Amino acid sequence: MPDTTSIEKATGTAPVKVGAPLPAPAKGRSLWADAWHDLRRNPLFVISAALILFLVVLALFPSLFTDVNPRDGDPANHYLGRPELTHWFRPDWFGYDGQGRSIWARVVHGTRASILVGFGVTLLVTLVGGLTGLLAGYFGGWLDSVLSRITDIFFGVPFLLGALVVLNAVTDRTPVVVMGALAFLGWTQMARVMRGSVLTTKQADYVTAARALGAGTWRIMLRHILPNAVAPVLVVATIALGSYISAEATLSYLGVGLQDPTVSWGIDISTASNQVRNAPHVLFFPAGMLSLCVLAFMMMGDAVRDALDPKLR
Amino acid sequence: MGRYVARRLLQMIPVFIGTTFLVFCMIYVLPGDPVRSLWGDKVPDPAQLAAIRAQLGLDQPLWQQYLDYMGGLLTGDLGTTTVGRPVADEMGRAFPVTIRLAVIAFLFSSVAGITLGVLGGMRRGKYVDTGILIFTMLVISMPVFVLGYVMRHVFATELGWVTPTVQNSEEIGQLLLPGVVLGMLSLAYVARLTRTTVAENLRADFMRTARAKGLPRRRIVRVHLLRNSMIPVVTFLGTDLGALMGGAIVTEGIFNVHGVGRLVYDALVRRESAVVVGTVTVLVLIYLAANLLVDLLYAVLDPRIRYA
Repeated sequence: MPDTTSIEKATGTAPVKVGAPLPAPAKGRSLWADAWHDLRRNPLFVISAALILFLVVLALFPSLFTDVNPRDGDPANHYLGRPELTHWFRPDWFGYDGQGRSIWARVVHGTRASILVGFGVTLLVTLVGGLTGLLAGYFGGWLDSVLSRITDIFFGVPFLLGALVVLNAVTDRTPVVVMGALAFLGWTQMARVMRGSVLTTKQADYVTAARALGAGTWRIMLRHILPNAVAPVLVVATIALGSYISAEATLSYLGVGLQDPTVSWGIDISTASNQVRNAPHVLFFPAGMLSLCVLAFMMMGDAVRDALDPKLR
Repeated sequence: MGRYVARRLLQMIPVFIGTTFLVFCMIYVLPGDPVRSLWGDKVPDPAQLAAIRAQLGLDQPLWQQYLDYMGGLLTGDLGTTTVGRPVADEMGRAFPVTIRLAVIAFLFSSVAGITLGVLGGMRRGKYVDTGILIFTMLVISMPVFVLGYVMRHVFATELGWVTPTVQNSEEIGQLLLPGVVLGMLSLAYVARLTRTTVAENLRADFMRTARAKGLPRRRIVRVHLLRNSMIPVVTFLGTDLGALMGGAIVTEGIFNVHGVGRLVYDALVRRESAVVVGTVTVLVLIYLAANLLVDLLYAVLDPRIRYA
């Protein structure tokens, strides 16, 4: 959102040579090419993409950044050790927690759980919700009624409370289980967006044309409607990814998310919250990383929406 | 209008039944035995176990339990906890607290959010606007529990304006800080939504007409711009009211508020299924009622919308 204004400014005040052909920005470019053209010039997108790339590298190869085991603590020597902010990338950079474990190592290794859950839930939700929305929107009639009512029912369950109830019953909460629970309650948003988008796309002339040319149901649905209806879903998915990461951390914080062998920012924040008075650094670093991670995806979502939403141009 | 409300109420019934049944299934199908957990680590007497199950109706099939529960609900009976206290009593203590908390959060997020949104939308691209966008983005990215600790640290520990935790959940003054924390996320969304619609409506024909008529700026903004920009904001606020109450669980934990979130959390730990089901059922009802109210408000905001 913030950068549409700078684009406006740029196009509005750019000196145009008399006689030179006027710049025709959107002509001949598809929605996607046009969006990509905008995105590359959007500092918000560039910053968030760099951040996300960094986080993904952290998640995939944590050992590149620290060779300390995040589960090994030395409470005798390092109990709540203060951070040494000049010791870049060394184990004591961010200090030590109440069990003498390096916070830097824990922050690095905790990235994987958050990124995994974020991408996993988004993928599941987009598949399930997208398919439901596509079928409901395309076929309409009784199928739409049934699917929409089911969506309404799931939408009515309070998200956080529902996840709490489901996860509280599971004793062995691996990242896959947490992903499943979040997707189970979260797919409705995507289904609604997809349904609405398909309903508008269905009216388009090219769909009628394709049908007149004898294209089959599946061909129309997958080749003509889906590519043209997917943009709003993509926007919502990017923004939702950040909120799923936040939800995972919240559940871990409440003690019903990920469990101890898994290193997770949420668990660390939960442990740190008891010591926040005498050792705020134990809380600050995992909380900061978590916020940074969510911020990166939210910024990306904002940038993608600006690029894909022609209304604000 | 009356017919519209009646139709909407009828439509709410299947959704209400479906949602409560879903919650019911989630609680009773999942592993974990509330009666067994009364014994803790001790080995229970099978006869006693069966007797308590039968007394609580837990030996019935799931659909029968659900029907019994719904039957009780219609007569205002929410069941009893495993130790025999009426669930309605527990909820009667917790709900007023959370409702107060949610109202504070709601007022804060709507008043401050709409103000910020209008400021930003009217000065799109200026410093104020960019500042508001950065602020809201930061708030959205910060999970509620992080925000809660930060605010508690600043206002209670550093500045000493309030006590770090709520001593008496009945007192409005003590609920102010938790309410603000709870409302922060909604504030950010409301501000962004208002900003977008205000910016869009500024370019609308009716705004040009109003300006051309020579109306005072104040009237243009208040009557023409604001009222037309409120529809998406009201929709968001309406659906958010339910979310505020359900989402209060984290805020209540941080500030030691004895509200609904606390009640559900404790009930889950003690496996008091009746309390969980009852609370979630009431939350679903609030959510449905808020949605209906929003739809009715549309007609007030936009006279073009009429309900037959």
